[in-house]
Amino acid sequence: MNALLALLSLAGIWTALQLPVGVASAGQPWRWAFFALLLALVVLAVATLRRLAALPPKGWQVRFATPLLFGLWVLLFWELLTRGFDVPKVLLPAPSVVWASLLQGAPTLQTDFVQTVLHSVLIGLALGSGLGFVVGVLIDRSPFLQRGLLPVAALASTVPLVGVAPIMVMWFGFDWHSKAAVVVVMTFFPMLVNTLAGLAASGHMERDLMRSYGAGYWRTLWSLRIPVALPFIFNALKINSTLALIGAIVAEFFGSPVSGLGFRISTEAARLNMGLVWAAIVVAAVAGSLLYAALEWVERRSTFWHPSIRMG
Amino acid sequence: MTSAAALPRPRAAAATPSTSSVLPVLTVLGALGVVWYAAAAWLNAPQVIERVLSDRPGWGLADLLPLTWSMERPVLPAPHQVALDMWRSIVDWPLDSPRSLLFHTGVTAASTLVGFVMGTLLGLCLAVAIVHSRTLDRSLFPWIIASQTVPVLAIAPIVIVALGSMGLTGVFPKSVISMYLCFFPVTVAMVKGLRSPGVMELELMHTYAASAGHTFWKLRVPASLPFLFPSLRVGIAAALVGAIVAELPTGAQAGLGARLLTGSYYGNTVQIWSALVMSALLGLALTGAVAWTERRLTPGGRK
Repeated sequence: MNALLALLSLAGIWTALQLPVGVASAGQPWRWAFFALLLALVVLAVATLRRLAALPPKGWQVRFATPLLFGLWVLLFWELLTRGFDVPKVLLPAPSVVWASLLQGAPTLQTDFVQTVLHSVLIGLALGSGLGFVVGVLIDRSPFLQRGLLPVAALASTVPLVGVAPIMVMWFGFDWHSKAAVVVVMTFFPMLVNTLAGLAASGHMERDLMRSYGAGYWRTLWSLRIPVALPFIFNALKINSTLALIGAIVAEFFGSPVSGLGFRISTEAARLNMGLVWAAIVVAAVAGSLLYAALEWVERRSTFWHPSIRMG
Repeated sequence: MTSAAALPRPRAAAATPSTSSVLPVLTVLGALGVVWYAAAAWLNAPQVIERVLSDRPGWGLADLLPLTWSMERPVLPAPHQVALDMWRSIVDWPLDSPRSLLFHTGVTAASTLVGFVMGTLLGLCLAVAIVHSRTLDRSLFPWIIASQTVPVLAIAPIVIVALGSMGLTGVFPKSVISMYLCFFPVTVAMVKGLRSPGVMELELMHTYAASAGHTFWKLRVPASLPFLFPSLRVGIAAALVGAIVAELPTGAQAGLGARLLTGSYYGNTVQIWSALVMSALLGLALTGAVAWTERRLTPGGRK
């Protein structure tokens, strides 16, 4: 049964991809054939997904296979619909078009990647999160400052901080320094709030134990409180990895040298070269996911003792 | 304690301010003001010395300071300059004039709210579908979570251009971007919330012979409200960011994002800062409104 479904799907996909562009607005018989095929493929997609989702969720293969298959089906329907209805490229280019521009524009996108991700994002993320962490550790000693800064930092999360981008561009120039500065501003507060919450997370029992060992402030901080705070800190880092990419890309909308993913997206969108725009977005998306996955990997390595990691 | 494997929360959790923190907060804000004035003096001083004081020998700090705080185009405007600019642009111009800051605030607030409503509805529908369909839960939900590691704002120019080519301009394309940013926290929180009733509660509903619809409306929905409202607070802040960023590639016609962009084109720092402060105030007002609604709708529940 499974093999039959897979075979049917492949046959349907192959037939559908042979159809000429703009078939949905062609003559009567072609049109009906297209819609019939589309309907058949929808039924097949639902059937295969249901079968896969009904499997017991054991092992990472099954857990990854279902969303992967779903993604593949979405890509396929995207390709079929854009081809069948001959959707203008400005509106929505087909995945094959995006892939072609990705290969064609690879050298350009590589310089953009270096400019935006390796310079603005990584440096800004390191500086902003580092600063937030250090300030968090410092004001942790003063309850007065904590009570004063925490509400302000919490309010900062409701403020569109990305608006500082034009100011930073004015202060630090067009190059990646200004983008890194925006990233620093955006990532500072989440790290500060989470560091403070994490440092407060160690219990009285553990702290009393440390005192009975004769451990001083720094020893307690290093051996007890920072390890306990690590899940919070990684949470902030993961939030920040997304914020950092957004900050760097949006800051490039306000002016940048002739490279950078945000610059590429805004200029090529203005020139209606949507294939390259989508390719730049694919690069940004992959960079964001990889950054997130890397943080998750480091987190699993460094907080191996945490219940949520041990159970999963 | 927040588990480490928790879903990525786009924003940090908000701390609830209590009355005991009024004095510390005021101290911090006061210190911030002092630092701001000092930084303005320090950053603007080179320009003042070069332009005004170079032909006036024997000047002192008393001459320098007032000048650094009243420049036409300062590197960093002093707080009172920003406040004055905001006050003037609100009082001196009628509400429908493009020079009034309130006009731009209104434009941005409108697309934020429309996007917020659309995003909330989309988030709710997705959450209900995911809770009720195992297939969607296993195939779609991972993508929704993965979509947050992607810099979604990067698609703003595409949405604007694509919808513009279909003849759609104005509020709607901007709201689409706000919607895209704010549906995610709602979906994730509602999936959690709709699943929060335990086996006991579900079995009780079963013994009442309640239909699926009854279980949904009488048990799952009320149980999900404490999850819904925090996600709405996050969502409306995200919607505001989306609306402001969406105004950037449209060629700066109206809205706070447009003010930021024109200010940056013409080097008008005071205008940038007043737009920035205004967007901060708008963000606070919108989140405050959601928090107020939450208190009205869940009496005796959450604070």
